[in-house]
Amino acid sequence: MTTIAIPQTQQIKQPSRLTLVLRYLRRNPSLAIGLLIVVLLIAFTVIGLLTINPKNAYPLAVRSKQPPSPQYPLGTDFFGRDMLAAMVVGMWQTALIGLLAGGVGTLIGVVLGFTSAYFGGPIDSLIKGVCQILTPIPVLLIQVVIASSLDKRSVTIYTMALIVVLLAWMGPTLVIRSQVLTMKERQFVSVAKLSGMGNMGIIFGEILPNLLPFIVSAFVVQVFAAVSASFYIAVLGLGPLREPLLGNIIWAAQGQGAFFNGWWWWPVWPALALALILGALALIIMGLDEFANPRVRRSE
Amino acid sequence: MADLLEFKNVTKVYSRGVLSKTSTTALNNVSLQLDESEPTILTVAGESGSGKTTLAMLLLGFISPTSGQILYKGQDISRLKGNDRMTFRREVQAVFQDPFSVFNPFYTVDHLLSVPIERFKLAKSKSEARDRMAEALTAVGLRPDEILGRFPHQLSGGQRQRINVARALVLRPKLLVADEPVSMVDASLRANILETLRTLQKNYGVSIIYITHDLTTAYHIAKSIIVLYRGEVMEAGDVDMVIKQPQHPYTRLLVDSIPWPDLSRRWGETEIKAKESELSDQSTGCKFMARCPFAMDKCQTPPPLFQLNGHQAASCYLYEQNPQIAREHLSELLPA
Amino acid sequence: MNPVLQVTDLQVSYYTDAGRATALDRVNLTLKEGEKLGLVGESGSGKSTMALAMMRMIKPPGRIEGGKVVVGDTDITALSEEEMLKARLSKIAYIPQGAMNSLNPVMRIGAQMIDAIKAHDPKADKSDMDERAIEALESVELKPNVFKMYAHELSGGMKQRVCIAIGILLKPQVIIADEPTSALDVVTQRQVMETIDRVQDKIGAAVILIGHDMGLMAQFVDKVAVMYAGRLMELSSVREMFSDPKHPYAKALIRSLPSLENKGVFQGIPGLAPSLLQLPGGCAFHPRCPHVMEVCRTVRPSLDTLPGGRKVECHLYSGGVASFAESVQDSDQRL
Repeated sequence: MTTIAIPQTQQIKQPSRLTLVLRYLRRNPSLAIGLLIVVLLIAFTVIGLLTINPKNAYPLAVRSKQPPSPQYPLGTDFFGRDMLAAMVVGMWQTALIGLLAGGVGTLIGVVLGFTSAYFGGPIDSLIKGVCQILTPIPVLLIQVVIASSLDKRSVTIYTMALIVVLLAWMGPTLVIRSQVLTMKERQFVSVAKLSGMGNMGIIFGEILPNLLPFIVSAFVVQVFAAVSASFYIAVLGLGPLREPLLGNIIWAAQGQGAFFNGWWWWPVWPALALALILGALALIIMGLDEFANPRVRRSE
Repeated sequence: MADLLEFKNVTKVYSRGVLSKTSTTALNNVSLQLDESEPTILTVAGESGSGKTTLAMLLLGFISPTSGQILYKGQDISRLKGNDRMTFRREVQAVFQDPFSVFNPFYTVDHLLSVPIERFKLAKSKSEARDRMAEALTAVGLRPDEILGRFPHQLSGGQRQRINVARALVLRPKLLVADEPVSMVDASLRANILETLRTLQKNYGVSIIYITHDLTTAYHIAKSIIVLYRGEVMEAGDVDMVIKQPQHPYTRLLVDSIPWPDLSRRWGETEIKAKESELSDQSTGCKFMARCPFAMDKCQTPPPLFQLNGHQAASCYLYEQNPQIAREHLSELLPA
Repeated sequence: MNPVLQVTDLQVSYYTDAGRATALDRVNLTLKEGEKLGLVGESGSGKSTMALAMMRMIKPPGRIEGGKVVVGDTDITALSEEEMLKARLSKIAYIPQGAMNSLNPVMRIGAQMIDAIKAHDPKADKSDMDERAIEALESVELKPNVFKMYAHELSGGMKQRVCIAIGILLKPQVIIADEPTSALDVVTQRQVMETIDRVQDKIGAAVILIGHDMGLMAQFVDKVAVMYAGRLMELSSVREMFSDPKHPYAKALIRSLPSLENKGVFQGIPGLAPSLLQLPGGCAFHPRCPHVMEVCRTVRPSLDTLPGGRKVECHLYSGGVASFAESVQDSDQRL
């Protein structure tokens, strides 16, 4: 047969990475909207931290009970806190608790999930068993019990984060475990073994990179859970009372009968902020779900 | 005569659950030897559930036998330690069926080739490693500049499967397990891959165990064949003889069902006599009995292997006038 | 005899991030009553797209951009969505790849079959529907008790038979089967193909078998259509295709097949299939063609009918270069 020259390199022009990302976001509006809100909230907090005086977020800093005005755009509360400053600091602290608790919970989940699924045997049974026993326990109840048994004066935002994390690692552990279990059966793991890779190499070099979307998604779920947990613990008055945590502000407003006295601006801002944070995170979770799970992913 | 690989009465039983009594014998009492001095291509043929994939997994050391021993160069592979273990890992390689799932989607195809070079320290420098990769790709008929740096989904199935062969080749293996390497590749590309495998055997002295359900390609590439059915050896011998004059009723059925791309060999000319396979079948004797048109009472006890001629044996009472041959000696019939 | 299926200039494109991919490029095809046609080609050649387009089941980002599909005397492409729903299964049935794994696991086989009848004939009588379902099961050589069974109680071959039975329930004029036996063992494969053969004889439908296994084609079909890069390259009777393929791609395809006689001879087709996003100009096969001419690079050949009725899309056989075609014939025989 005659040999023939074949023009081999078929260059198909791939659009740039940025256009691809933008196109993907257009197809995945929940991810796009969620990210947009988060960016706006971050901008608010960062610009706020740079411009306001954080001292004004604490009691007796300014004149109390002022409605929104050019001087105090969001008004002031009963205790003499500038609501704008309180919101900025409160957002920052909420973000801190969320990221800290979410991050630690996810990290524990990844470590336990991998150990459990990859090595199997009694370790797997133990980890899986503990997760399954702990999961159905009402987290809210435990958190409230722990929070209320602590001395109020020693509660800081870090103890808050710790309380949240205590029962927040089972979710990611089970998610990562099940993903590793399926990933482990994929043939590229067998091939990696044949290529002389050890267990650690396979875990970090072959499996982990493919789980990044799941890990990011588990992390956002954790942040969501941590933010809402920190919120309801604080609303119940079990948080660090001096701090302008979003939940604390609502608790304080409730205590002073803010609506009854016509100080509507006091509880409205933290409530709105919280709705935006949780809403945005929920949208991102939905969007990531579509991204990480090809079965949900719309055909491209 | 040194044996490269030896299966000594290997049996693998899968049991489900801790307490449940149901267990499946995936492979029953299989013995096999491959000679080190004469690289050959041996086909292990069978349908799904025949135990052919279990045999591959055992051979690669991914699972261990329930009873029996697997020896590599005279050493039990489950007891290999340290350097010996690394040598075994490097010298016994595999090409799998699915040319896509062997690639980690996170990396470019380079990853598949660079990992073994790095792990087994086959190159002293980055540039030497690159030369090695290019060399292996060229040997399987690919152009390195078209392959390196690409992601698996940018390549065709045939190209991907050849990269898999190249990966094995990088390691200079002594034994290659090819588990259905062409069944998921387009028909027009199969020829190229089979040709590549045969070049490996001829030019690089690699022994190949070709595992397949497809007797057409088996016939073309292999010297000898072992036909498995539900974990048992049904027939074995020289591939030409087994495929041109199949003796065991099961092998006859298989050969008659091959869709030959040949108008003079149409299905209509031979009628299928066997029954369709049932889902559950727990016969204690010959595994094929329930479907066999020649089933007799004595088939209730498992038939031994009967030697039909110098290069063919079948496990069937139809041939009981022939001399028996012990399973351990089956390999002596297989031409190298 | 009137054709039961007539496909004219069918064109399908997919719109992807990287651009427009032409999956079917003006394909023409006619099928007579009772005919069995094999549609072969490499993956990406458009054979499955062809089936989906004929069923009007192309999903976005894909789109039928032109052409007509006529079944019997109905123009499928002109039907409304609702009428198309009725036409599926009653005029043209499709057994997709892996259909056997999409049987509903929690519904009895019979109930699934009756659902299919009901969708087309809501007023049908219960006992009449049962009868029709059992009759369909029997025609694919299944026992009537399968009617009351669940999918997990059946073997692969039996499940595939059930899918065929559902396909023929409403006695369609055209049945399209996409790799119906790709997941089955060889023995079961033969048995299932023989069943399709008998059923088709009985109801007189035309069958399109999609696949890449030329062996299966040789055993089953009357006519073979070879597709490449979304175009129909050659349409010939199975005998002509295997003994004397005309299109250079068909020739290479036939030559790459293993048979009992030429043991150990491997002849692949050099080169790669083109990307549908960037088809070469002129004939899509020209970069791999051993007989490439200047005209092939710029002008797409038309699908010409050769004496005897076979059709080829290749410049070698279009009038002007007929003498060249003969010289090619000679050189091929020498190979």
